[in-house]
Amino acid sequence: MEFKFDKEENKEQIVAFMEFLDSKKNTPGPLMPSLQRAQDVFGFLPKEMLETISKELSIPMAEIYGVATFYSQFSFVPTGKNKVSVCLGTACYVKGAQSILEEIESQLGIESGETTVDEVFSIAAARCVGDCSIAPVILVNEDVYAKVKKEDITEILAKYN
Amino acid sequence: MITKEKLFEIKEKTKPSLVEKLLEGDRVEFRGDDLVLKGEYYKKQVRIALKNCDIIDPTDIDEYIAFDGYFALLKALTEQEPGDVVAEITESLLRGRGGAGFPTGRKWNEAYKFDADKKYIICNADEGDPGAFMDRSILEKDPHSVLEGMAIGGYAIGSDQGYIYVRAEYPMAVKRLEIAIKQAKEYGLLGNNIFGTGFNFDIELRLGSGAFVCGEGTALMESIEGRRGMPRPKLYRTAHKGLWGKPTIINNVETLANVPAIMNKGAKWFRSIGTEESPGTKVFALVGKVENAGLVEVPMGMTLREIVFDIGGGAQDGKEYKAVQTGGPSGGCIPADLIDTPVDFESLGKIWSIMGSGGMVVMDENTCMVDIAKFFLDFSVDESCGKCVPCREGTKRMHEILDRITKGEGVEGDIERLENLSKTVSSTSLCGLGQTAPNPVITTIKYYRHEYEAHIKDKSCPAKSCKALIKYEITDDCIGCTRCAKVCPVVAITGKVKEKHLIDQAICIKCGACYDVCPVDAISII
Ligand SMILES: Cc1cc2nc3c(=O)[nH]c(=O)nc-3n(C[C@H](O)[C@H](O)[C@H](O)COP(=O)(O)O)c2cc1C
Ligand code: SF4
Ligand code: SF4
Ligand code: SF4
Ligand code: FES
Repeated sequence: MEFKFDKEENKEQIVAFMEFLDSKKNTPGPLMPSLQRAQDVFGFLPKEMLETISKELSIPMAEIYGVATFYSQFSFVPTGKNKVSVCLGTACYVKGAQSILEEIESQLGIESGETTVDEVFSIAAARCVGDCSIAPVILVNEDVYAKVKKEDITEILAKYN
Repeated sequence: MITKEKLFEIKEKTKPSLVEKLLEGDRVEFRGDDLVLKGEYYKKQVRIALKNCDIIDPTDIDEYIAFDGYFALLKALTEQEPGDVVAEITESLLRGRGGAGFPTGRKWNEAYKFDADKKYIICNADEGDPGAFMDRSILEKDPHSVLEGMAIGGYAIGSDQGYIYVRAEYPMAVKRLEIAIKQAKEYGLLGNNIFGTGFNFDIELRLGSGAFVCGEGTALMESIEGRRGMPRPKLYRTAHKGLWGKPTIINNVETLANVPAIMNKGAKWFRSIGTEESPGTKVFALVGKVENAGLVEVPMGMTLREIVFDIGGGAQDGKEYKAVQTGGPSGGCIPADLIDTPVDFESLGKIWSIMGSGGMVVMDENTCMVDIAKFFLDFSVDESCGKCVPCREGTKRMHEILDRITKGEGVEGDIERLENLSKTVSSTSLCGLGQTAPNPVITTIKYYRHEYEAHIKDKSCPAKSCKALIKYEITDDCIGCTRCAKVCPVVAITGKVKEKHLIDQAICIKCGACYDVCPVDAISII
C-alpha cells in the first residue's frame, strides 16, 4: 500500500511530540515511551518521526527498528479508521471466537492484519482484552462488545460505516 | 504532607458515612468486622487481594484509607526496621502469585542484604495469560493496594524507585493508576520524606507494547531499558543485578496487593488461611464454558470441584463438564476425574499442571483437546522471542504436527514425535516460555491420548469440533422450513418446501450456519 506522511497536516502533533521527546531526554530508558507516544499520536510510526527520535535521543535507526519490530503494538503503516479487534484469548476461543473472526473477515473481505481498500476498517486478532467473563469479546476502537454472536456482526459493523 | 494524625483523621471522617452508604446500596454485608460483597457467588470466597474491589471508589484515596489503607505503610515506616518487614513477609510464607510461587520474603531478603547505591522494585502488571484478568481487576478497582505494597517493599529492601509495567491492552488500568499515583503524591504517601520519616519512594508507570514474553522478569527489564524484550541468560540474580544493573525486586500485582493486609494483620493471621505450604488465598479468573464466569478469590487448598461447581455452577447450558485448564500456555488440562484435587502450588504440580497466574478455563464435551493443545502452541509460536533454537523452532514443529492431526492428516508416530519434541523443548529452552510451552501438549496427551488416536487413526474428532473431520447432515426430523438453505453461504443445501432437505457435502464449507438456525434440531454433526 502506498501512503505518505503529511508533515504539514500533522504540524501541531509534531510540535507536541517534540516537546514530549524533550521532556523524556534525560529520563532513563526513553525509547519505549517515545515510540508508544508516536504510535498513539500518529496512528503508526512514520519514518520521519523515527528519524526525529533517533536524532533527539541519539539512538541509531537500526536499533530503533530492532525494537519497534519486536513489539506487536507498533505498526509502520497507517491502519483503518476503525480498528476491529477480535479477542482470541483462551476464554473467547473456547466460546467460538474463531468463527466470529472468520465471519468478520468474510464480511469485510479482508484477513486479520489487513485494512480495507477504503481504509475504513482494519482487523486485528487480540490476545485477551481482560473481559473474559463476558466472552467472546470484540472491540471496535474502544467500544467493547460482549457475548458476540455471528448474527450480531452485520449490525455492529454497520455502526461504524 | 500527611501525618499519622491526619491519616487517622481521614479514616474517621470517611468511614462511617461510607459504610452507611454502602449498606444502603444493599450490595454488601458485614462478615465479622469486614465488609464483603453479598450473594451466593461470594459466600465461599475469602477476599484479601480483592477485598476492596467493587466496594470502594478506586478514584478516591480517602475511601481506600477508610478501610485501613496506608496504615500498613505507616506502621512499617514508624514502628519497624526494614529487616523486620522482610522478616514478617518471610514468616507469612507469602508466595509469588505471578506463576512460579517463589517465596516473596526470601526474594526480598536477597535484595535487602545486598549493598548498592540504588535499588528498584518492579510491579509486574503485564498479565499475559490469555484468558485471565485478575491483575487487571486489582489495578482498576483497588490501585492503591498495589502502590502501598510497593512502597512497603521499597522500604524493606532499601529502594526509592518503583516501576509498574502495565500491559498495553489495559488502558483503563493505566488511567486508574495515574489517578492513584497523583493522589498518593498529593498526600505525600509517595514522594519525599513519607510520614516525616525521611523515607523517599516514587513510582513510575511503564507500558508494554504487546509482547507476552515481557512478563518474564529479565525480558521486562530489557523492555524498560528500551530494548527488544528478550530474556537474559540467568548469570546473576535480579535481586543482585537487575534493572540497569542494580538490585531489583520484581513482584506480581496480586502478590503486592497481599502485602498491606499481611503487615496489618500479621503473618500468623495470613498463615491461618490456606494450606501449610501455600498460605493465603488465590484469585482465579473462572471463565470458559462455566455457568457463573467471573473472578473468585478462595483459600488455597480448596478443591477444583468447589470452585467450578459450588461457586461456578458447573458447565454451561447443561453440557457435560470435561476439563479445566489452569496456568494458561504454561499449564495443563485437568480431566474431570481429578476434580477433587486441592488447588495449591504442590497439588497442581503433582497432576502435571501448574497454578500459574490464575487463569481457570472450563471446557465441556464440545471442546477438542487436540485443538486446545494446538491453540496454546500457536500462542507460544507467536510469542517466542526467537532467542533460542529449541523454543523458536521446536514449538513451530510441534504446532505443525498438531495442525496436521486436527486436519485429519496425522500419521502413525506423531504422538511419539510430539512427546520427544516436548522433552527437548522443555529441557533446553532459555526461559520459562520455552520451558513450559510443551505443557499443554504433554497433559492433553497424558489424559486424552484416545482423542489424539481417534484423530490420527480413525480420522474422527470425538468432540465434533475439528472442521476437517466432521460432516453436517440433515436427519428425518427435517420439516422442510427452508431456513438452512437460506443461510447457507455457498448454496450447498437443496430441497423443496415442506420436504426433507439435503446437504451437498462436496460444496459444504462446514461453517455451521445451518446448524445454528434449524428450528427443530434436524441437522446433526457426525
Ligand atoms: C513467559 C513468561 C511470562 C510471564 N508473565 C508474567 C506476567 O504477566 N505477570 C507476572 O506477574 N508474572 C509473569 N511471569 C513470571 C515472572 O517471571 C516472575 O516470576 C514474577 O513476576 C515474579 O513475581 P511473584 O514472585 O510476585 O510472582 C512470566 C514468566 C514467564 C516465563
Ligand atoms: S525460551 Fe523462547 S521466549 Fe524464552 S528466550 Fe528462548 S526463544 Fe525466547
Ligand atoms: S455447514 Fe455451512 S456450508 Fe455447510 S451446509 Fe451448513 S450452512 Fe452450508
Ligand atoms: S432448517 Fe432444519 S427443518 Fe428447516 S429445512 Fe433445514 S434442516 Fe429442515
Ligand atoms: S480471553 Fe477474550 S477477553 Fe480474555
